[in-house]
Amino acid sequence: MVQKEQWNGFEGRLWKEEINVRQFIQDNYTPYDGDESFLEGPTEATDKLWDALQKLQKEERAKGGVLDMDTEIVSSITSHGAGYIDESLKDLEQVVGLQTDKPLKRAFMPYGGIKMAEQSCEMYGYTPSPELHKIFTEYHKTHNQAVFDAYTPEMRLARRNKIMTGLPDTYGRGRIVGDYRRVALYGIDFLIGKKKEDLANCGNGTMTDDVIRLREEIAEQIKCLNAMKEMANIYGYDISEPAKNAKEAVQWLYFGYLAAIKTQNGAAMSIGRISTFLDIYIERDLKAGTLTEVQAQELVDHLTMKLRMVKFARIESYNQLFSGDPVWATLDLAGTGVDGRSMVTKNDYRFLHTLENMGPAPEPNLTVFYSSRLPENFKKYAAKISITTSSIQYENDDAMKPVWGDDYAICCCVSATQTGKEMQFFGARANLAKCLLYAINGGIDEKTGTQVGPAYRPITSEYLDYDEVLERYDDMMEWLAGLYVNTLNLIQYMHDKYYYEAAELSLMDTNLKRTFATGIAGFSHVIDSLSAIKYAKVKTVRDENGIVKDYEIEGDFPRYGNDDDRADEIGVWLLRTFMDKLEKHHTYRDSEPTTSILTITSNVVYGKATGSMPDGRKAGEPLSPGANPSYGAEKNGLLASLNSLTKLPYEWALDGISNTQTINPGALGNNESDRVDNLTQVMDGYFDQGAHHLNVNVFGKEKLIDAMEHPEKEEYANFTIRVSGYAVKFIDLTKEQQLDVIARTCHDHM
Amino acid sequence: MAVKGKIHSIESFGSADGPGVRYIIFLKGCKMRCKYCHNPDTWGADGVTEETAEEVLKKAMRYKNYWKNNGGITVSGGEALLQIDFLIELFKLAKENNVHTTLDTSGNPFTREEPFFGKFNELMKYTDLYMLDIKHIDNEEHKKLTGQPNENILDMAKYLSENGKAMWIRHVLVPGYTDSEEQLTRLKEFIDSLDTVDRVEILPYHTLGVFKWKELGIPYELEDVNPPTKEEVERAKRILGI
Repeated sequence: MVQKEQWNGFEGRLWKEEINVRQFIQDNYTPYDGDESFLEGPTEATDKLWDALQKLQKEERAKGGVLDMDTEIVSSITSHGAGYIDESLKDLEQVVGLQTDKPLKRAFMPYGGIKMAEQSCEMYGYTPSPELHKIFTEYHKTHNQAVFDAYTPEMRLARRNKIMTGLPDTYGRGRIVGDYRRVALYGIDFLIGKKKEDLANCGNGTMTDDVIRLREEIAEQIKCLNAMKEMANIYGYDISEPAKNAKEAVQWLYFGYLAAIKTQNGAAMSIGRISTFLDIYIERDLKAGTLTEVQAQELVDHLTMKLRMVKFARIESYNQLFSGDPVWATLDLAGTGVDGRSMVTKNDYRFLHTLENMGPAPEPNLTVFYSSRLPENFKKYAAKISITTSSIQYENDDAMKPVWGDDYAICCCVSATQTGKEMQFFGARANLAKCLLYAINGGIDEKTGTQVGPAYRPITSEYLDYDEVLERYDDMMEWLAGLYVNTLNLIQYMHDKYYYEAAELSLMDTNLKRTFATGIAGFSHVIDSLSAIKYAKVKTVRDENGIVKDYEIEGDFPRYGNDDDRADEIGVWLLRTFMDKLEKHHTYRDSEPTTSILTITSNVVYGKATGSMPDGRKAGEPLSPGANPSYGAEKNGLLASLNSLTKLPYEWALDGISNTQTINPGALGNNESDRVDNLTQVMDGYFDQGAHHLNVNVFGKEKLIDAMEHPEKEEYANFTIRVSGYAVKFIDLTKEQQLDVIARTCHDHM
Repeated sequence: MAVKGKIHSIESFGSADGPGVRYIIFLKGCKMRCKYCHNPDTWGADGVTEETAEEVLKKAMRYKNYWKNNGGITVSGGEALLQIDFLIELFKLAKENNVHTTLDTSGNPFTREEPFFGKFNELMKYTDLYMLDIKHIDNEEHKKLTGQPNENILDMAKYLSENGKAMWIRHVLVPGYTDSEEQLTRLKEFIDSLDTVDRVEILPYHTLGVFKWKELGIPYELEDVNPPTKEEVERAKRILGI
């Protein structure tokens, strides 16, 4: 058994014999069930740094969204010298390290696609380097180029007509959470040693494709680990050995994460489940008298500040999909262990408290693993912070723990992966609403008039017949599922080949479990449309070519979001049917297919590309986000809506079922303590029934409208709201998305 | 034959209509014509859904997970006491299922005359909490404001108090109509004469229901009245001692 002096005071054996952070946590963490009274306010250093950063953020906004950009240096782990929030304040920074040499300066990252990297520069008035252009077009292929080389005409057509959308073929797939805690617990040298062992044991000498690929990957990972040491050196740290105290643990861990965000611009770059882990170091120092609570909070505040600074250069089409510059630096709190103990520590309070010390912010994407069995004090504190900041999302620990154990992390918005042991192939989503329209129109796109899907028999009757529509829809989904999986197979293959995530994967096990994450868009509209066809009368309105362009509904019909089984069961059927169809196909690297009902803010662009639906949604209107019921469908209030969501089986959508709800403060209770109690009860009831996810917003429509009209007001500078799967500064959304958020049901009982 | 309730609508999440998280059943029909009513669409008998107590409770029980030990059902209106037979069945059934019951009422149908009074005594057995709206303490003003007298309403409060029944008293604060110092003081005196008042609440007048008057084509008299300011609400609270 390895013994290291940095581990003095830590219990346990197994984690010293192998890389096993989960065991280290279980052997050493201190559950906390007290209240928040121990928390400390910001230090002077925190205030100064945060002021400086806020000034920079203001400048960034004034310059149109980007403060500064690199055009000459290709970002790598060691590409830049040391950078600080403010050179004159650098001694105040307890946690150091920036993506480039200057704060908020965006790095040049061409491996995902040189065109996109260049477009993003040009969009903000920067001139990309001609030399780099030459290198990445003539001498080095990028992921984007490779994917488009291999796409079939059918794939291109489906993509262009947006029945498959948001595919990670123009941006990094992201969603891989390195186990950054390993850097702190083991030090880089130990990790390199283990990877060398893995390389030596990789294969039996027979060079199959798989073995060759893996050997090359491990070699890349080892290079990355060495580069991390070099990067830390630039900042004056030696991370070869484990962290010996809390300050080093935070710093070591952050260096691991920094390596990831210097080399990858994935759509989601989560930092993972780090809170309870770091608490162990803080507790040890507090006990030894070498750290005070004020200093502990300062460490957490400064790490959080760094996570609020993560930036990538993006292009316009990306911003439309994922509005407001999100990076999903998702950071997870709370949860319970498989042994039943609460995993809430004082550090979970400290991370929530950053929202008080430095005000609300969209990043890191703070995620509470919720169970009604969490300590009451913690549930109430989280509810209180939700009510005052609208910056937290909740995910059901009782639903996820049986599937992923007690050391999973959220790798993007809502999807769980086992930390260090599993990676996900992110695959955006298929538009099942459009697919229904294809079923009715025999594969002809209702917007473009192009034959995109197979030319199956269209529906020719004036009134839609439920059985007939269902049969055609089934066939069309069969086609879409196959095309979608195959398109993703191709994308993931090329991403591995041309944009491999060596930094994240160097901090994970060599033999990984892989999930193949698909997604569904337009969920509620399909349910309501089918319900309308079944329970009301739906008349088709055709254009001169016989294409159905619109629908007239006669009579009433049950809608998803009212706890009405007649509608909700259609949703369950839809999810299961699509998942079954996905599972029939081969998935890249023997990954396990999963799906999500999650759209992020892309519900607006998907909606633009989708024609009128039989549920009454008109062409071009936004789809409802994630698994949310459609606009105006909820007639019986919040809990009825939540109950509809609880019927969707998480096991069939392991990539997540996102639900975003906005509650007027007045509708939540007459005073603060009532509001906290009521919100806690709502979440207990919702999650006890097996629901997966909840974004909680607490504000009124008036505030949104005022913020849209007066974004310059000081109070709105950091006004944060939860949208499907992440948090965003409201004023950073596009006008269209702001209107979309405003239009959504605000639960506001009179 | 089970009595059917005439239901206007339901709200699965009420937080201000009784303790904790409430499932609210709005019944149809009301004889009061309060000038500031925010649910004039519940006055008439049109557009109702008819359901038995059993059907209503079955739907409500879908929300018991959210109630825990701090919530239950609230029947509101319209005026719930106009359907007292249905109420008795619903609350009796609710109590058999250990559900907390709250009755939100204006008290307008209350009388010590039979057959109502006997039924009311029956209903009292199954009602955990009464939320009684006192629109105006002065009988004449009450008539002007609501078209109905208030003597029986105040009598109901006394009767509940005599019988040890818990209640919340609520008063809608309408600037220029129900906010004079004189009448708030009288209201306070009346409330102080009761023994079982757990909570007194000021409900600031709001205009969120005005659009319904327009939809129904009824002229809205309080067009020029603004919701009370924070200070006005605080002042009223001070007078009422809350």
